[in-house]
Amino acid sequence: MSNPTYSKTELMIVNAARLLQDGDLVFVGVGAPNLACNLARRTHAPNLMMVYEAGVIGAQPARLPLSIGDPTLVSGATAVCSMYEVFSLYLQRGNVDVGFLGGAQIDRFCNINATVIGDYQHPKVRLPGSGGSMEIAAWANRCYIMTPHHKRRFPEKVDFCTSAGFLSGRAEREKSGVRGKGPQAVVTNLAIMKPDINGELEVTALHPGVELNEVQENTGWQIKVSSQLERTLPPTEEELHILHVELDPTGIYVN
Amino acid sequence: MSKLCSLKEAVAEYVSDGDLVYAAGFTHLIPFAVGHEIIRQGRRDLTLARATPDLIYDQMVAAGCARKIIFSYLGNPGVGSLRIVRSAIEAGELEWEEYSHYSMITRLSAGASGLPFMPMNLTAAPDLEKVNPNFRRVTDPFTGKEVMVVPPINPDVAVVHVQRADKFGNAQIWGILGEQKEAAFAAKKVILTAEEIVEETVIRSDPNRTLIPGFIVDAVCHVPYCAHPSYTQGYYDRDNTFYLQWDEISKTTEGVLQWLQEYVYDLQDHAQYWQKLGEETHQRLKVKEKLSSPINYGEF
Repeated sequence: MSNPTYSKTELMIVNAARLLQDGDLVFVGVGAPNLACNLARRTHAPNLMMVYEAGVIGAQPARLPLSIGDPTLVSGATAVCSMYEVFSLYLQRGNVDVGFLGGAQIDRFCNINATVIGDYQHPKVRLPGSGGSMEIAAWANRCYIMTPHHKRRFPEKVDFCTSAGFLSGRAEREKSGVRGKGPQAVVTNLAIMKPDINGELEVTALHPGVELNEVQENTGWQIKVSSQLERTLPPTEEELHILHVELDPTGIYVN
Repeated sequence: MSKLCSLKEAVAEYVSDGDLVYAAGFTHLIPFAVGHEIIRQGRRDLTLARATPDLIYDQMVAAGCARKIIFSYLGNPGVGSLRIVRSAIEAGELEWEEYSHYSMITRLSAGASGLPFMPMNLTAAPDLEKVNPNFRRVTDPFTGKEVMVVPPINPDVAVVHVQRADKFGNAQIWGILGEQKEAAFAAKKVILTAEEIVEETVIRSDPNRTLIPGFIVDAVCHVPYCAHPSYTQGYYDRDNTFYLQWDEISKTTEGVLQWLQEYVYDLQDHAQYWQKLGEETHQRLKVKEKLSSPINYGEF
């Protein structure tokens, strides 16, 4: 990395935060997505509303939550509802603008595997499974993925499709009739990739100091490159200050 | 009629070998004390259902209580893997049945509502429905489109921890509500544990906060700090340090067995467990007061 003053994780968080819009209602996960939302709220998106799958609406966490059901999410929130309600009234009904997704594998068409490596019945590695992600990927208006860029994380096809990206291509997702528009961007420590017109990931921006061959070497298929390839701007002093001083002073996630 | 009894009595009476058990609580109010008592009483062949098995089922699986696990997220929340359950599955030693959060709690809602199945919109994710025959597609009779349906789940016994209840089992919860209400209504028997047992007049002073009516409850147990290392909103904080420590403890079978010996088998009950955690832990988990504004129900 050319600039030593920020970590790979901070680079991902800052770039993910920039994708969020003011007024977005975001279904938040813990860790990096939580930091991205809080960063966006403190910069360009003060009216962003955070919803947690535990059933907390409009959370304003006073400390960095370790788990997705931390008590700090509740104190000072606008509403609390049951899990059934948050998934049905908020997510299934179509009230969620943005969902964050993660997984052990993300493939060429942005399908996500969070379930097993290897055979399902005799797993080589048993992963946590869907949690909320199967429905978030389907029903949130837009989804974003943050993940470190390693070849094993980006196979051409996932071992198990826990959450739908564009399946075998955008047409197949559209045919399925699910309401959400699917993944909009994958933010890694090397680059930003977005689905093209067919739902296939292509590199649309490189982070400062990163070259295309580095992205290709860490991707399990011949990755497409946008004809309008851009370069992301490095994290600003303000963004880093908010992350370091206000959001994660002990560096639990950003390091 | 008062349903007050000790946790030891409640588990002896209402949890049998082979039962389908649902210990409710999404991160919040997880009834660890009940899990420990089930371990102490040596129950076997249980089917353990929870959206997030969490450490409570990791410990029960380690102690040999379970034949099968039903879940939707198999992790140590915010920390990483749930090592015991994960390795038991990888070794083929534990049966499992898997859902997404929404399909899991939809099953519970169907069970709680007395329905034969409940519909959900399709997710386009193809693989889970291939490996779990409880996901079925049916045609919506009104639009002709396909919807997904799942069957009810009706546990033999649900275990629910709450902030306060009266001796009849009328129970009030605040903070994260998870699937507490659905689990209680879906189950055939309900063991309720409470931080505080209060007079019926306290419950009646704020009826909107009552999630569980006493008539569906079978046993009411006064178990302060029941949820540790999970938490009870307004009573004590989540012990994140222990969740991190468990990641280390559960790396080896010996580590887990030693922990179970020291913190479960060698102790009589949860009061002893809480004492054993010690003053430093008690202080660390204390929460500062933040009261809600009172509301007026009106005098009629």
